Amino acid sequence: MSVFSDVPQAPPVVVFKLTADFKDDGHPQKVNLGVGAYRTDDCQPWVLPVVKKVERLIVEDCGLNHEYLPILGLPEFRSAASKVALGEDSPAIKENRVGAVQALGGTGALRIGADFLRRWYNGTNNRATPVYVSAPTWENHNGVFTDAGFTDIRPYHYWDAAKRGLDLSGLLDDLEKAPEHSIFVLHACAHNPTGTDPTQEQWKKIAEIMKRRKLFVFFDSAYQGFASGSLDKDAWAIRYFASEGFELFIAQSFSKNFGLYNERVGNLTIVAKDSDNLSRTLSQMEKIVRTTWSNPPSQGARIVSKTLNSPELFAEWKGNVKTMADRVLLMRDQLKTKLLALGTPGTWDHITEQIGMFSFTGLNPKQVEYMIKEKHVYLMASGRINMCGLTTKNIDYVAQSIHEAVTTVQ
Amino acid sequence: MSVFCDVPLSAPVAVFQLTQDFNNDPFPTKVNLGVGAYRTDDGQPWVLPVVKKVEKVIVHDNRLNHEYLPILGLPEFRAASSRLVLGDKSPAIMESRVGAVQCLGGTGALKIGAEFLRRYYNGNNNTKTPVYVSAPTWENHNAVFASAGFEDVRSYRYWDAAKRGLDMSGFLGDLESCPERSIFVLHACAHNPTGIDPTQEQWRQIARVMMRRQLFAFFDSAYQGFASGNLERDAWAVRHFVSAGFEVFCAQSFSKNFGLYNERVGNLTVVARDADSLRRLMSQMEKIARVTWSNPPSQGARVVALTLNSPQLFDEWKDNVKTMADRVLLMRAQLKAKLHALRTPGTWDHITQQIGMFSFTGLNPKQVEYLEKEKHVYLMASGRINMCGLTTKNIDYVAASIHEAVTVVQ
Repeated sequence: MSVFSDVPQAPPVVVFKLTADFKDDGHPQKVNLGVGAYRTDDCQPWVLPVVKKVERLIVEDCGLNHEYLPILGLPEFRSAASKVALGEDSPAIKENRVGAVQALGGTGALRIGADFLRRWYNGTNNRATPVYVSAPTWENHNGVFTDAGFTDIRPYHYWDAAKRGLDLSGLLDDLEKAPEHSIFVLHACAHNPTGTDPTQEQWKKIAEIMKRRKLFVFFDSAYQGFASGSLDKDAWAIRYFASEGFELFIAQSFSKNFGLYNERVGNLTIVAKDSDNLSRTLSQMEKIVRTTWSNPPSQGARIVSKTLNSPELFAEWKGNVKTMADRVLLMRDQLKTKLLALGTPGTWDHITEQIGMFSFTGLNPKQVEYMIKEKHVYLMASGRINMCGLTTKNIDYVAQSIHEAVTTVQ
Repeated sequence: MSVFCDVPLSAPVAVFQLTQDFNNDPFPTKVNLGVGAYRTDDGQPWVLPVVKKVEKVIVHDNRLNHEYLPILGLPEFRAASSRLVLGDKSPAIMESRVGAVQCLGGTGALKIGAEFLRRYYNGNNNTKTPVYVSAPTWENHNAVFASAGFEDVRSYRYWDAAKRGLDMSGFLGDLESCPERSIFVLHACAHNPTGIDPTQEQWRQIARVMMRRQLFAFFDSAYQGFASGNLERDAWAVRHFVSAGFEVFCAQSFSKNFGLYNERVGNLTVVARDADSLRRLMSQMEKIARVTWSNPPSQGARVVALTLNSPQLFDEWKDNVKTMADRVLLMRAQLKAKLHALRTPGTWDHITQQIGMFSFTGLNPKQVEYLEKEKHVYLMASGRINMCGLTTKNIDYVAASIHEAVTVVQ
C-alpha cells in the first residue's frame, strides 16, 4: 500500500483552472479576462523591448558567470528596487535604515516577510498576532500568511458592493478595533481585485490610525508604474508612510511592470528605525531564505538591475510601462463608452474610476456563469476582469455579452 | 522604539563566512578550499560551453516569452530531469507513477518535499516523525527539515573517523533501532561532506532493512554525473531503491553538474506506488509551491530542458561534465601522490577513495586553524576540502601546508 494513500486531492487554484477551461474551449470568439498578465491589442503576451535588449546584453557579457548570488540576492538589484519604491531622495535610504531581500516574485517577498514576522514580531514565535487582509484581496494572501504559521487571519472592510467603491468607514473602524500590533496587508496601488485605491486624503487617515494603534504596515506592491503609468504616483502611499516614520515591509513584484512573470523577480524592502535594527533583521532574513531557496535566481534580477541602474535603459523601461498602462486606460474608457451606448442597466463609472489591471465589474456569480457558459467570456466568479484581456477586436463582443448577462440574468 | 528591537543577530552561514574571510585576505598564495563550486585549473568559475551555447539559442528564440510557468514548473524540464535520475526506460515512469516539482535548486526540492511530508506523511501534520540525517551531513539539511516543522531531526551514524570510511555497522544499527516510518535523508552519491558512498552491496543491505522497517527514503542528489563522470553509475542507488519497490522522493540539483548555481535549477522527483496516489500527492505539492514561490523561475529550467532533450546537446553536456569530474579525479590523485612523496604522517588513501567534490581530510580543528591562519589555506572546520579549489598551480603549496599542519599541530 502507498504511504500516500490518505493524501487528499487538493482543489486546483481557481484562476489557473479558469485559464485551463478557456484553453479547452473551442468557441471562436472566446475571451479570457481571467489571469492577471498583460496582453497586446493582438491578445498576445508582450516581452518588453527593453527586456529583450538587456537579455542580449547579458548573454554577450563574458564577464558574467553563474556563481551563487549572496543569500539576500544581487546587491545592485536590491538597492535599485528599494529606490524605485521609496524614491531617489528617500531620507530613510540616506539614513542607512533600508534593507532588502531579493525574493521569488511578490509571493516570495510576502512569504519571507511573513515567515520573519511570525518568528520575530510582537514577541517570539507569536502565531496569534492577527493578520488583516482586505475583503476581498488577492486569493493567495491568506494562504501565504497561514503557511508561515499565523493562526488568525482576518478580513478588513474594503469593498463596498452597493456603492462600488471603498468602504472607508468600515476600513477605519477595523483599524480602530484591531488589537494593537496587528499586521495589516495594504495594497500599495491598483488594488487586486477591486481596482479601487484610497485617495491621498484617505491614506492619510489610514496612516494616522495605524500609527496611533501601533499596527504593522506590510505593503504589497505588484503594479508600480503599471497602475497610473507613473512610478512616483503609484508609490505615493508607500512614500507617505515612510515619511511618517513607520517601520514597514514592502513586497515588490516586477512580474507585471517588467513583464518578467516567469523569472520570479521580487524584492522585500525593509524600512527600520535605524541601521542596527535593520542589520539584525536582515541576519534573520538570511536564515529564513537559506532554508527556503538558499539564494535567489539570477537572470531576472540581472535584467531589472541593469535596466534600473542605466539612465538610458531606465527611460526606455518607463516608456514600455507607459505603453502598457495607456492601453489599459484606453480599454477602460472604451468599455465604459460601449456599455453606456448600449444602455446597459446600472452605472459603469467604476470601470474608469478603478485603476490598474483589474476591474470589479459588479457582475454577480450567476451573471458570471452566464458569461462563461453562454458567451465564452471567462472571468473570475467575483466579477473581476483583467482589462488586459480586452482588445479593439473583442471589446464589442465583450460589451455586448455583459449587456446580455445583466439584462438576462438577475 | 523599533518593533525589531528584540530581534537577535543571527550567526552567518559558516561556509559563506569562510569565503568572505578568504576574499578579505591579501596573502598572495592564499587558497580557498571551502565553498562547493567547480573551479578550472586557473582557479576560475566555469560556465559550461554547452550552457553558453543554449543561452544564446534561448535569447534568439522569438517564440519564447515570459508568461508564468505552471505551478509545478516547466513540463519538459520536469520530465527530462526525472528521466535523468531514474533512467529513460524506468518502469516506474512507464507505469505513470513518477511525478516531479520544479524547484529552487536542491534546497528548494528538499524544502517542498519536507513541507509535504510534515503535512501528509505518517499521519496528518505529524511533526514528530523522526527525520534522520547522516553524521555528518550538509549543514543545511537539519535546518530545512526543522523549518518545515519537524521537531525531531536526528543523526544516523555514517562517518567513521578512526578508519576514515563508512561506519556501516553503526548505520545499519540505526536503521534497525529507529522508529518505524522514520524519514532517512540519503545522499545519492558523492556524500557531502565526507565523499564516502556505500558500495552497491552496502546499498542493497541498507535497502533491505529500510524496506522491512518501513522507513522513508528521501534522496539528495546534487552531484549526478559529477561524482564519477558517469550519469548512470551516479544514479545507481536511487534506481535500485525504485526497482526494489520503494516510494521515494529525490531532490535533484543542477547547480553543480550544469554549473548553473545561481539560476536555482532543481527538481523534486516523486515515485509513488500508483498513479492515483501520485495525482493526489501532486495536487498537494501545488498548494505548497503556490504559497512559497507561486511558480518557479524559467531561465535555468529552459537551459537544462533544451540540453537534456536534444541528443546532440546532451552529448555535449555529458562531455562538459566529464571534463569537470576528470579534473577533480586528477587533483585527488596528485594530492595523494604529493603527500606520499612528502611522507606526511598518516594514511592518505581516502583522498582517492572518496568521490565527488569533497574530501574529508581527517584534519582536526586545530590543524584546520593552523592552515587558515598560518598558511592562508581556507577549509571547513570539519576538515572538509573542496577538491575543485586545487589547481596544478597551487597543489604543491597545499600539500606542503597540510604536511606542516599535520607535523606541527596535534
